[in-house]
Amino acid sequence: MPGSDEGSAVSRRGLLTWLLGTSLGATLVAALYPVFRFVIPPEVAEAPVNRVLAAKLTELPVNSGKIFRFGSRPGLVLRTQDGAVRAFSAVCTHLNCTVQYRPDLQHIWCACHNGHYDLQGKNIAGPPPRPLEAYKVDVSGDDVYVTRGT
Amino acid sequence: MKILDRLWHTLDERLELAPLIDFATHKEVPQHRHSWAYYFGGLTMFFFFVQVATGILLLLYYRPTAEAAFESVQFIVTRVPFGWLIRSVHSWSANLMILAAFAHMFSVYLLGSYAKPRELTWWSGFVLLLLAMGFGFSGYLLPWNELAFFATRVGTDMVSKVPLVGGWLLKFLRGGEEVTGATLTRFFGFHVAVLPMITTALLATHLAFIQRQGMHVPEGLEEEAKTRRPLRFVPNFMMREGVVWLAGLAALAALAAFFPWELGSKADLFASAPAGIKPEWYFLFMFEALKLLPPHVLGIEGELVGLGVFSLAGLVWFLVPVLDRGSSSGHRSRAFLLLGWLALAYIVSFTLLSLAGVFK
Repeated sequence: MPGSDEGSAVSRRGLLTWLLGTSLGATLVAALYPVFRFVIPPEVAEAPVNRVLAAKLTELPVNSGKIFRFGSRPGLVLRTQDGAVRAFSAVCTHLNCTVQYRPDLQHIWCACHNGHYDLQGKNIAGPPPRPLEAYKVDVSGDDVYVTRGT
Repeated sequence: MKILDRLWHTLDERLELAPLIDFATHKEVPQHRHSWAYYFGGLTMFFFFVQVATGILLLLYYRPTAEAAFESVQFIVTRVPFGWLIRSVHSWSANLMILAAFAHMFSVYLLGSYAKPRELTWWSGFVLLLLAMGFGFSGYLLPWNELAFFATRVGTDMVSKVPLVGGWLLKFLRGGEEVTGATLTRFFGFHVAVLPMITTALLATHLAFIQRQGMHVPEGLEEEAKTRRPLRFVPNFMMREGVVWLAGLAALAALAAFFPWELGSKADLFASAPAGIKPEWYFLFMFEALKLLPPHVLGIEGELVGLGVFSLAGLVWFLVPVLDRGSSSGHRSRAFLLLGWLALAYIVSFTLLSLAGVFK
């Protein structure tokens, strides 16, 4: 019957369109998936750094601070007015800038958005939402060692 | 002239160019008391052309690696003949392009030209502004100096706050967890290949929309536009636009020559952010607002609230042809007009106050 022929022709066309559409979709996915994977760099296996020689006591006078390299990120070691040596992550908890010790204020300061932290690394003024991560400090002779995560 | 005539005849015979010429000679620009607003888009395009030309020249010497980038720019500005001028023109023209784009956008907004049937023109223009800011942000890092390094750390960290895909975007932009030489190489690729390709295509589309629809006559000025004789696009409007471009070139030349763009000091990945660090002027209004926010607002981190509000404001701005429902029938809402003036007042006042050093 002409009617059923027409019906089957439409459904045949529908099937072909569906096949073409899904094939195009699959081709697109097959082409884009490697691109999405390619743009994210592979994890580089790095030996985890948990302890570094951050500074020499002689280069760290009272009321001063120094940025040191802790793995791939910067750390801040400082010596307070009363001689205590402390170390923190130097990455501001606000928007990722590198903080510094301000001898005039006698606390830690971030220049990017005027964030202030006290000598325990606690955020006391400005926009930073969290304290700085604190590290453990060992002084052995003239060497200041900083350890993470203990 | 005979050779030109023959050349024209040869081309027209093969390509049927006569209708194009016919279209160009019949194109008219309406005249009314706000016709000055029609020149800003062209001025923005002029600075874009300058960017393309000077950018290609800089490519002859620039080297996109963390080890060589700063030194190569130093070489350009100190040793290459007129290198200081080319680099200074590129930096200044980038800023003037953003300024002209802002002037264009606000004049279009305040005159209600975004209304139906020009929604697509507004949206393509909005994306072009984002692309221009992307050019600014990616180009800022290329000299690999101290300011650029921290601006990129902060800017990409903001992107990481995007819900769900933030972490992926951060790695995509930085080429790793941190801002390193890998970031510089990526930004170079975005700046000289990806962004120019998308911008050129979108700019062509934006211009095609305008050619197709003609200039918009703002609400309330229709009568005035009817009584005044329109300006022929070729050659009258083009000549006037040429004068505007010359003024732009003069301003650019004066700024580049008298205030050469500074290079600063080379980025040190393990140094504190220097005191007085600031982003480019067109990010200042957001920068100062983020500084003023408290650490937490209603239990949410302050910067998240700030970034959320700016994203929402951007979305409203983008969607204004749809949100301002009356605009399609020529009755734009007073509320949206007021919103435009408020946005302009906020951006201008915060930028000027920041430049004047009012925010500590």
